[in-house]
This record gives sequence, C-alpha cells and structure tokens, in this order.
Amino acid sequence: MTTAEIQATSPLFRMEGVSKRYGGVRALENAKLDVEAGHIHAILGENGAGKSTLIKIMAGVVAADEGRMLLDGREITFRSPAAAAAAGIACVFQELSLIPDLSVADNIAIADPPRRFGLIDRRAQRAIAEEALARAGAEDIHPRAAVKDLPLSRRQMVEIAKALASKPRILILDEATSALTAGDVAKVFAVLKRLRSEGLALLYISHRMHEIAELADTCTVFRNGRNVASFRAGTRSSSEVVEMMIGREYSNVFPPKPQRAAIAKPPRLECRNLGWGDRLRDISLSVAEGEVVGLGGLDGQGQRDLLLALFGVLRGTTGSVLIDGAPMAIASPAVARASRSAMALIPEDRKTEGLMLPMTVRENLSFAALDHVSRGGIIDRTAEGQLIDEMVRLLAIKTAGLDVPVGALSGGNQQKVVIAKWLMRKPRIVLLNDPTRGIDVGTKQEMYQLLRRLADVGAAILFYSTDYDELIGCCDRVLVLYDGRIVRELEGRDITEHALIASALNVDSGDREGTAA
Amino acid sequence: MSDTSENRISIRTRLPAFLRRADPAVLTAFGCILLLLFMSSLYSSNFLSLNYLLQQLKVASFLGVVAAGIMVVILLGHIDLSVPWVMTTGAMMACAAASFGGMGPVIAIPFGILCGAAFGLLNGFGVAYLRIPSMIVTLATNVVAQGLMVVYTGGFSPQDSAPPAVRWLATGFVIPGLPNAILVWIAISAVMVFLFTRTSFGRAVYGIGNSERAAYLSGVDTRRVVMIAFAISGALSAFGGVLLAGYSSKAAQAMGDAYLLPAIAAVVLGGTSILGGRGSYLGTVAGVILITLLQSILSVMQMPEAGRQIVYGVVIIVMLLLYGRTPPNR
Amino acid sequence: MSEWRYWLNEQRGTLMGLAIFLLMFAVYIANHPAGLTANVAQTAANKGVLFAFVAMAQTLVVITAGIDLSVGMIFILTNCLASWIVVGEPLPTALGVVAVLMAGMVCGAINGLLVIYGRLQPIVATIATGAVYFGLALLLRPFPGGSVNEDLADALTGRLFGVIPSSLVALAAAVLLVWLPFRRSRLGRAAYAAGSSEQAAFMSGVPIRRGKFAAYTLAGLLAAMGGLFLTFFTYTGEAAYASGSGYTLWSIAAVVLGGVSLYGGRGSAVGAIFGAFAARTTGDMLFVFDVDPLWQPLLQGVVLMIAVSIGSIALLRVRNRLDWFQ
Repeated sequence: MTTAEIQATSPLFRMEGVSKRYGGVRALENAKLDVEAGHIHAILGENGAGKSTLIKIMAGVVAADEGRMLLDGREITFRSPAAAAAAGIACVFQELSLIPDLSVADNIAIADPPRRFGLIDRRAQRAIAEEALARAGAEDIHPRAAVKDLPLSRRQMVEIAKALASKPRILILDEATSALTAGDVAKVFAVLKRLRSEGLALLYISHRMHEIAELADTCTVFRNGRNVASFRAGTRSSSEVVEMMIGREYSNVFPPKPQRAAIAKPPRLECRNLGWGDRLRDISLSVAEGEVVGLGGLDGQGQRDLLLALFGVLRGTTGSVLIDGAPMAIASPAVARASRSAMALIPEDRKTEGLMLPMTVRENLSFAALDHVSRGGIIDRTAEGQLIDEMVRLLAIKTAGLDVPVGALSGGNQQKVVIAKWLMRKPRIVLLNDPTRGIDVGTKQEMYQLLRRLADVGAAILFYSTDYDELIGCCDRVLVLYDGRIVRELEGRDITEHALIASALNVDSGDREGTAA
Repeated sequence: MSDTSENRISIRTRLPAFLRRADPAVLTAFGCILLLLFMSSLYSSNFLSLNYLLQQLKVASFLGVVAAGIMVVILLGHIDLSVPWVMTTGAMMACAAASFGGMGPVIAIPFGILCGAAFGLLNGFGVAYLRIPSMIVTLATNVVAQGLMVVYTGGFSPQDSAPPAVRWLATGFVIPGLPNAILVWIAISAVMVFLFTRTSFGRAVYGIGNSERAAYLSGVDTRRVVMIAFAISGALSAFGGVLLAGYSSKAAQAMGDAYLLPAIAAVVLGGTSILGGRGSYLGTVAGVILITLLQSILSVMQMPEAGRQIVYGVVIIVMLLLYGRTPPNR
Repeated sequence: MSEWRYWLNEQRGTLMGLAIFLLMFAVYIANHPAGLTANVAQTAANKGVLFAFVAMAQTLVVITAGIDLSVGMIFILTNCLASWIVVGEPLPTALGVVAVLMAGMVCGAINGLLVIYGRLQPIVATIATGAVYFGLALLLRPFPGGSVNEDLADALTGRLFGVIPSSLVALAAAVLLVWLPFRRSRLGRAAYAAGSSEQAAFMSGVPIRRGKFAAYTLAGLLAAMGGLFLTFFTYTGEAAYASGSGYTLWSIAAVVLGGVSLYGGRGSAVGAIFGAFAARTTGDMLFVFDVDPLWQPLLQGVVLMIAVSIGSIALLRVRNRLDWFQ
C-alpha cells in the first residue's frame, strides 16, 4: 500500500505487525488490519487461524508481543479490558462475559454505572438498560431478571446490549449470533446496519457464510495467524473464499491408508440415537476394529461432548452405547477404561485434563495403569519401570529423566506422555480430542503413524480434529457434526478439504445455504 | 507454570546429587531446626542435651501423628478443621471403652481410633459426594463431635482415667531410653511414607491434589479416594488424642484445641502446598519438629502465650508468602 | 413476570432467612413464660446483635467468594482494646470508639492485602492472622478485666422510649451507614461481580481488587462494631479463645442460614443478620423447651450440618461431571 493510499483511506483503527505467541505456539504473526468507520468488516478463517487472538488484543484482554495499534492515527496500548472500553472499543465475546448472579441492568451498566452522591443510581441504570435493550431489539428481556436465569440466546442478546450501552466507536462481534434464534438474528442484523449508518465501525467474526454475504462491506481472511487477503464483499464467490481459508502452506506426510475392503470388520464401538440435552441430538455411529473414524465440523458443534458422553463423563444422556455388539452402561471413566470396553480418552486440554504438570514423568505415565502394575494397591516398581521404559522407547519421548516434572517437557513430548499413559493399558477403543493442537510438525507426524499402527493391531479409533488436513490424511471415514447432529458422512476419496469445509459450514458445495439453523 | 519448573530444574542440576533430590522447602525447614538449636544453645547448653532432645521428640510425636493425618487431606487440596474435637473424641472414647468389662482394655485404643475414622468418613462424604467445601463440613463436624462429647461427659471432664495400655504407649519404654511415643510416631511415619510413595492410593492423592479433573478422566474413583483420605485424617487425629490422653493420663475437654493450628502450620512449613498436590512427608516431620522446638524454646524463654500466638501466625504467613501463593491471574 | 416477582427473586435468600427467624422466634415467644415483653425483646436483641455484627462481617468476605476465619478474633481483639480505651469523659470515649473501629479496619485490611496482593488462600491466611489477632488480644488482656464508659454502654444496650432495644437501633444504623452504601457503590458491585465470576468481571473491566479490598476492610470494621458491643454488654475485655472461634464458626452458619452463597456473588448482609438471630434463637429455644443444656451444642451442630448440606441439592442439576471439579 502506498503512502497516498494510506492518507486517502485514513482508517479509524489500524493494526500493524502484531504478533502473539502462547508458549511455543504462534497464534498471530505480523497481522495487519484496517477498520473504517461506517463499515462492517468481516473476519474469516479456519479454527485456530488467529481470529480470537486478534480480538482479544483489540479488546485489551491479552497484550500483543510485537506490533502497534493506532486509533485516529494515534498509537494506543491497552493494559486491561477497561482501558479498551474507555477508548471506545466494545466487544461481544464468544465466551460470555456476563456476571451470572447480577441482574440484566447491573450487567449492562457494569463498566461505568450511573451514580448519584457516589452511589449507583438504580433508576438511571434501569433507563440505560432499557434503552440499550431496545436498541438491541431485545425489549422482551426484563432489566431486573438475573442473568443466570436467562436461556443462552437471551444472554447473548444481553451481551450485545451491554456492548451497545458503552456507546462504542468500534464494536466487535465474535460469533455473536451462534446461539440466537432466526428471529433474533434478523433483529440483530437490522441493529448492526443501523449502527453502520450511524458511523460505527463493526468487526464481525462468523463462520456463517450467508451472514457475511448479507452484512459485510469488507472481508479479511486469516490463515495460520496471518492475514492472507482483504477484499470488498461480494467480489469473491463462497468457493473462492473457502480456498483462501484452506491455503496450501504445508502438507503433512501421512501413513498410507489400508484398502477399504480390508477393514470390513464387525463394529467394536457403536452408539445409537445418542442425545444429551440440546448439545447432542440423535447421534448414531459405529467404529469397526482397525478403523480410524474422524469427527469434523466447526469447533463447538458437539464433537467434544460426544467423546465425553462415550467415556461416561456426561450425565443424563439418552440412547445406547454398544461395545462389541453388546449394550453397556458407561457411568464413569473408571467403567470406560475397565477391561470389557478398554477405552482410552486423550482429552482436550493436556495441561488440566491429561497431565498433572508438577508430577514426574514416571508418575504421570503410570497414573492410568496403576491397577495393571500393582497388587493389592501396592505398586510393583519393577513391573511399573518395565512398562514405562517400553512406552518411552515406543513413543520416543524425549525427557531429561523419568523423575523430572512433566511440565518441563516440550508440548509435543507432553502430548506423547498423555498418549503413552493410555497405551499402557493396551486400549481397544481410543477416543482422541484434538490431540495435535499446539504441537510441532515432527511430533504430529509421529502421532499419525502411531494412530495407524494402533488401528493395524486392531483398535477402533474415533478422532476429533480441528485441523482438516489431519482428517483427510488419517481417517478412513469422517463424520461431520453441525449443531449437535451428524450432518454428513464422508468416506475414502470423498474426504476433501472442500467437502469438509462446505459441510462444516452446513452449505452445499455451491453457494446455497444449508438446512440447519 | 512450566516456565518456573524449567527454571527450578536448571538451578537444581548444578547442585550435588543428594541435594538435587531433596525438596528445597524440606531443606529450609531442617535448616531452620538447626538454626533454632544453635541459637538456643547460646542461651543455655541444656538445649543440646540428649535428654532435652528426646523429651522434645516425645512431645512432637503427638503433633506428628495428627499432622500426618491432616497432611493427606491437605495434599488433596482440602482442609480438616475437625481435628480438635475428633482428637478429644478419640481420647475420651478410648478411656471410656477401657472400663467396659474384661475386653475393655484390649479394644480401648482401636475403638478410639475407629470413632475418629467415623467422623472422618462423615467429613469425606460431605466433601466428596455432597461437594460441600471441606472447610465448612469439617467445621460442622467439629461442632457435632463437641456436642456428642459434652453430652457424654455431662459437661465435666470425664471420670475415666487413661488405661494402663494407653499410658504405656505414650510414656513407657520398649527400648530403654527411647519413649514409646517416638516409636509409634516412627511406625506411623513409615506407613505414611509407604502409602505416599508405593501405593496407588498415594499416587491418586497427589494426582487429585494437582488436578482432580485429570485424575477423574484417568479413571480414578476420585470420590472414594477423597473419602478414604478424610477417614485416615480422622483416625490419626483420634490416635493423636489417645496418645495425648496417655501422656497426661486422662482425657479432658478441649484437649485438642491447641493442635489444629500447629498441625496445619507443620504441614505447610514442611513445604506441602496448601493448594494440594505438592509436598513430601519428610517435610511434615521437619515441620512438626520445628513447631515443637519453637514452642518449647519460647516457653523456656518465658515468652507468654500471647507472644507465642503472634510468632506462630507471623511465621506461617511469611512461609506461605514464600511457598503458598496462587499463580497470578493473567 | 411482574415487578414484584423480580423483587421476590432477588430477595429470596434474605426472605428465607427472615422466615426461618420469625418462625423460630414465634415458637420461642409462644413458649416463653413471660411472652413478648420489652424485657424479653431487649435480652434477645442484645444477645443476637453480637452475632449479627460478626455475621455481617463474614457476609462481606463471603460475597467475594472468600472466607474470613479471623473474624471472631478481630471481634475479641477489639473487645480487649475497647476495655482499655473506651473510658472516661465523652471526648476520650469518642476517640476511643473511633480508634477501636480503626483497629478493626486495619485487621480487615491486612487480611485483604494478604489475600488479594499476597495471593494467599483466604482459609489459611485468615487462620494465621487470626492467631496473631488473638495473640494481640492476650497481650492486651492476659486476664479478664478493664472497664468501659458505662453511660455509653447502658445507653446502647438499654431501651429507646422504653420499648425499642437500642442495640437494634445501632444495628440498623450499621446497615444503613455501612452495608447499604457498600452494596450500592461501584466497589460493592465489583465485590459481587468478582465473587460470581472473576473471569467475566475481569473481561467487563470491573475494579476487582479494589472491590475485594473494600469488602475485607469493611468486614474488619463490622467485626470491631461487634467487639464494641461485647464490651458494652460485659463491661470488660476478655481474650477468650473459645469465644472467638465460636463466633467465627457461627458467623459462617448464620451466613448460610441467611441465604448467602458460600461460592460467592449472591446474598445480603441483611439476610445474614436474620440468619444470626435465627441461630441465636436455636439456643434459646432449647431453653424454653427445657432441653437439658448439655444437648445444646449437639443440636446446634446437627442444625448446622443440615444447613450446609442443603446447598448440595444443586449438584443434582450438574450434567457434565467435569463441572464437579471446578
């Protein structure tokens, strides 16, 4: 961009060269963004493309490692969300920032409640809340209702009203419509269009392509932490946008898949009409021994809940689970790991759910398999040591010793420990919840090899990944979830990036809108 | 979090082997013991006599048994505030059972311990299955235990004196010169070390203290482990009470009141994190000796009770600020 | 829903506390040989007010999802301090009262600093500071003794216009001058917000630390008011360990009975006052029903156990077992 162009546009907000790392993982790299007043600017990108980090930096929730931000041409830094709010940036967060025990009015006015004689003026606060709710098109919500008593869709409307009440100049909406009903979405869109005409700058993050087509003036696509393209809305087809989101930056080496006919074995794990509240609806699937089945779709469409339900963590599930054709009630992880089902779950967050970071590598490795190496509750150290050595060799875990805290290992080796800890039980069913997040490419490839080897020795594998490349490279079949349902099953050559993303967005391969929502 | 542990490792690799394996908190605690002994020997050489030291260890053994129990609970990230009256219950019930016919003296000690374990189970049930904050349940249990003992004794100190077996256990000698109480403490310590390092129960306790989620997802029945841990704490509190009754030859109202704070302090001073999951039993032993010495020296120096309370409180706060801080928010 | 239903929903905990108290008090009065006379009311009020002050103090800290196990010791310490300095002519007496209240605030502020800026767990930090405060109390009063300005004491423990117990009026004044302003202030809201969801409060730009600090400091102030009243009733100061830990314990019970959530973010000090009076009446009830006083601690313990177990009903609604571990 030339100097002349910069002066010509003179954006309200500009972000230049912003980078952010979490540990060894690069979340945002040299990101650039111009936001103009009176525009709706859509941000697009795959899971983990860096959109959430971008917003958090703009809203003062996290600080950038490098780069600078300009507002009205002046450089700004935010020490806290309060500072960003004071500068006129309001954010509707994906994870709700409402305080459950306070009333709607209290929440809407929380940042700067109106005061008389130093005390909060409830009448004025109520007026503010009513006005904000009216602006958001949510007059049906009573300002005195406690937020925790409201359903999710109403809470999201309160969140929008709260952002409006701070009279922002820049309004960021991060998946703000994900829980809304169709009627609410229409109202919110009308509000957003009005705000645009009032001269606000809006930053709109959504996975729903048709929403973006309807609203946005400008689009920016993010991939792997970088902004890869910016264009005026309507100048690219959905199909082209999907290609931009995918990119061709790296490819992984995946082990060869066996012929389909070779794995026509009886199902080891089946579930029929599995449901859990409104998060899982009528899920039926089966995984045969030796088969790797992937779970696809956008993040948060019920994939994690499905794995937790199978592993006995969720209460109040409906439907049935069958192991080797026989129904089995799995009421806890202890039952799931017992010899009849011999399940293993590689959980989502290795730092809080997979490992005890301050404990040693040894203690972590044998933690789930202590019943295999102990008699009468007393650990047989020789047996334990043998099993551990075997695992460390098998997975090539790099560690300074078995008695160092597991927290001192690199992310990839930590993840290897999580997997090894379960392999020690020789599981016959392995559930994996996004196991390659935040680990290096080399370790990822080792993991793909391992998955296939496990399948080859007869394990049934159910594998959720937010990385479409992995689903394509590793899986014999992929089930795509949307809003708690399986909306598509892809098999063999049909597993392509285009098919995965299109079905994840629940649109057909063309530009037509899907059925759900 | 991983950054700090990495730093700690890099510092540790430069230390000699035997120091590398020890917890810095434990070393600090033992260092403080030596320092205390050294300073008190300047005041009077009697502080270094074998007799004085054995006497201190004997007194420490009561606290040591109680602290061993409460340590299991603290490792889980919980707390047991029912120690005072569970101790008293154990003592009173043991004394009462002793005068109960011919079998009395035989069952006295087990019965006292069993009563403590029962209260511990009550705590554990509330914490593990009802998920009431441990602080609240154990406070309530303390009141219930007190209420039962008040009803039992009629509001006065009980008439039963400690049976000979209990007295022998606390003050007798199997090995000439070495009081039995110390032997009991050593035996319990051996069991605790075995429990913490060699059993799956011990591993589960540390695991739950670090991340109950991870332990649960690993297939451990975390609720049962928590319940058993509280039962152990109750049983050992009661056993401490039994020993104390043997030492003072009778059970008395409120005899356990002076043990709760020192027991928690001993565990924390020994390097066990009050948030759970981290700490070694050796540290608790060091903490117990440290507290007992501190108490003894302060009283020999004729420091009044008030000063002792203040010194305790300040020492605990300072040590907590060194070890027991929660990670910052952002 | 109409307006009053929302009001009812907001005040449910407090109203529950009031209902429990009224029920118990009605039974108590109905069985009292003298019935409801000004005298009976005055005695009941004076005994209950001590609990009420300490329970209010505990409420402030519990709202932030913390706990103050030193609150009873601050109460005892200020009692001992008052028995030295709230004496003599009106002016020195007034200065003494101010100094006692300041001392309470300093104790509360120390707790707050340790918990907020020292990042210590409230449980252990306040056990330790409690030991220090009790030590200081013992230093002031190794033996029970001292005195207090008796005119002031009699005025505040007697009756206004011959009917209204003046201790209740003082309690109401504390509610009006300390609790209500706190609740209606930005800091008070921050304390609630931090207790309800610290993450959401941070995201919303709420002054979390200042809010919590204010809560701990004002808790010290309210405990000191309780300590002053103890001095007015007894005319002496006494560093009694059992009394201090008893008040701490029962402040937690009162808070639970008054509908304040131990997980923070919900409840009112007014509810805790009713809870305190209800807990106090439990003891008196046993007296009018002629229960052997020996059974009193046990029955109180059982009542407390039941009260704290009620909250676990919410467990039945947990659908993801991982939520147990938060």
